[in-house]
Amino acid sequence: MDKTINQKAWFLVLPVFLVVAFSAILPLMTVVNYSMQDTFGNNQFFWNGVGWFKELLDPTTDLGERFFASLWRNLFFSAVILAIEVPLGIVVALSMPRDGWRVAACLVILALPLLIPWNVVGTIWQIFGRPDIGLLGYVLNNIGINYNYVSNEFDAWVTVIVMDVWHWTSLVALLCYAGLKSIPDAYYQAAQIDGASRWAVFTAIQLPKMNRVLLIAVLLRFMDSFMIYTEPFVVTGGGPGNSTTFVSIELVKIALGQFDLGKAAALSLVYNLIIIIVCWIFYTVMTNAGSERPASKGVA
Amino acid sequence: MHSIPGRRIILSLFLIFLLLPIYWLVNMSFKTNEEIVSTMTLWPHQPTFAHYMRIFTDESWYSGYVNSLKYVVINTVISISVALPAAYAFSRYRFLGDKHLFFWLLSNRMAPAAVYALPFFNLYSAINLFDTPWAVALAHCIFNVPLAVWILEGFVSGVPREIDETAFLDGYSFPRFFIKILVPLIASGIGVAAFFCFMFSWVELLLARTLTSVNAKPIAAVMTRTVSAAGMDWGLLAAAGVLTIIPGALVIWFVRNYIARGFALGRV
Repeated sequence: MDKTINQKAWFLVLPVFLVVAFSAILPLMTVVNYSMQDTFGNNQFFWNGVGWFKELLDPTTDLGERFFASLWRNLFFSAVILAIEVPLGIVVALSMPRDGWRVAACLVILALPLLIPWNVVGTIWQIFGRPDIGLLGYVLNNIGINYNYVSNEFDAWVTVIVMDVWHWTSLVALLCYAGLKSIPDAYYQAAQIDGASRWAVFTAIQLPKMNRVLLIAVLLRFMDSFMIYTEPFVVTGGGPGNSTTFVSIELVKIALGQFDLGKAAALSLVYNLIIIIVCWIFYTVMTNAGSERPASKGVA
Repeated sequence: MHSIPGRRIILSLFLIFLLLPIYWLVNMSFKTNEEIVSTMTLWPHQPTFAHYMRIFTDESWYSGYVNSLKYVVINTVISISVALPAAYAFSRYRFLGDKHLFFWLLSNRMAPAAVYALPFFNLYSAINLFDTPWAVALAHCIFNVPLAVWILEGFVSGVPREIDETAFLDGYSFPRFFIKILVPLIASGIGVAAFFCFMFSWVELLLARTLTSVNAKPIAAVMTRTVSAAGMDWGLLAAAGVLTIIPGALVIWFVRNYIARGFALGRV
C-alpha cells in the first residue's frame, strides 16, 4: 500500500514525540552530564572528560572488570534462554488444541505468568525452590539431588533460567500461535494432496509463516533478558558471590548502592548503545522481511 | 491447524509446569506460618484466611494495591490517547523522518529501566512529582507509549484506506472521522493495546519503587515489609503475591479472544 506524503502528519505524532522525549531525552541528558564529571559529594562536580569511559572499557580496572564480567554473563544468559524458549515456544504453539473452550482455557493459562509482577515472579520461585518450604527444592533434595540456589552457583543459574523459561516461554508460544492461526486451510489441503510429510509441512508452510512473529519474539526476548533485573534480584540477589549479577543489577548497585554517579552514567550510556545497535539490526531485518513477505515461499 | 504427535502430553506437561509454582503460592497463602515452616503439606491442613484478612484490614497493605492501580490506569489512559493519532499517522502517511522516529520510539521500548532509574529520580524530584502516581505513570510511558503506537499501527493498517476516503468525501472532518469511524473500527486493537499497557505497567517494579517513598508506594514495594525481626512472614508474603495475580487474571479473561493476535502486535 502506497502511503501519501503529508508533512502535516507530524501534528498527529507530536503528542507521542513530546511525551517520550520528556521521559527519554531529558533524563538521558542528565546521564550524559554525569558521565563526564566526578564528584566528591556536596554537589560539587569536576570535569572528568572521557575518564569514566576509559575506565569502563578497560578490563584491567575494577569497574571495567565488573562491567565485562556482567556483560558476558548476561549475553550467555540471553543465549541460553533463547535457545530454550524459542524451540519450546514453537512446540507448545504447535500443540495447541484446534478450537472450542480448550483453546480459550490454554490461552488464559499461558498468558497468566506474563501478568504477574516481576518481583512476585521472583518471590514465587524463591519460595518454590527453597529446600525447607518449597515443593521443588524439597522434592529435589529428597530424591538425592543436593539443590540449594542460595549457596551453589550452578543451582542459582539453573533456578534463574528455569524461572525465565517459566515466565516468558508463553510469549513465544502465543506469538507463534498467532502466526499459525493466520495460515489458510488451503495450504494444508494442498500439502496433503502433494503427500507432504509432517516435517515438510512444518518447514515449507508453518515456519515461513511464523517468520515475522518469530523475529518479534526473538527481539523482545533478547531485549528483555538483556535488561533483566527484578526476578534474579529477588531470587538470588545477584549471588552467590557475583555469579548471577547481570548488567542491570551491576548498574543499580553502582548507581543507587554506591552512588557513583559518573561510573553509573558511563555504564548506562554504553549499555544503551549496545541495545540501540542490536535493536537497529533487528529492525532492519524485520522491515526487510516485511517487504519480501508476498514472495515468501509456500506450497499453495 | 495441523498439529504434532503427542501434542496433548506436551501441552499438558507444559501447562502443569506453568501452574505448579502458582499453585504452591496459593497453597501457602492459606496455611498458617507454623504449618509452612514445620511440615511439608501438599494442601493446607488447617486452612486460614488470616493473611488475607490482615491485608484487607491494614491500610498500609491495601493502599499499596490502590496506589499500583492508580498509576497503571493513568499510564494506560495517557499511552492510548497519545498513541492513537500517531499510529494513524504512521500507518497512512509518509513524512520527514518517519522511519527514524519509529525506530527511535522502538528503541525506547527496549531501553533498560535501570539506566533511567536515577535520572528519573532527579527529574521528578525537580518538578515536585516525586512520590505521586503521576511520576510512575509518566515514567512508564517511556516503554508503553512506543508499544501502544506499535500495536495500534498494526491494527490501523488493517483498516482499508477506502473507508477514510469515503468518510472524507461524505464531509466528515478529521476529528469527527477519527472518533466516529476509526476508533470503533479498531476497538479490539485499542483493547489489546490497553491490555499491554496495563500489563507492562503492572509488572514493572524498579521504576515504580525508585519514584515513590511513602504516599504512592506500590504493592510490590510494600511486599518487602514481610521480612521482620521475627523472621519471614511467608504466609502473608504468599497472600500478597496471590492478590497481585488476580487483576492480571481478570484482564486476561476479558481479552482472551484477542490475546494471540495482540501478542503478535496486530501484525499477523
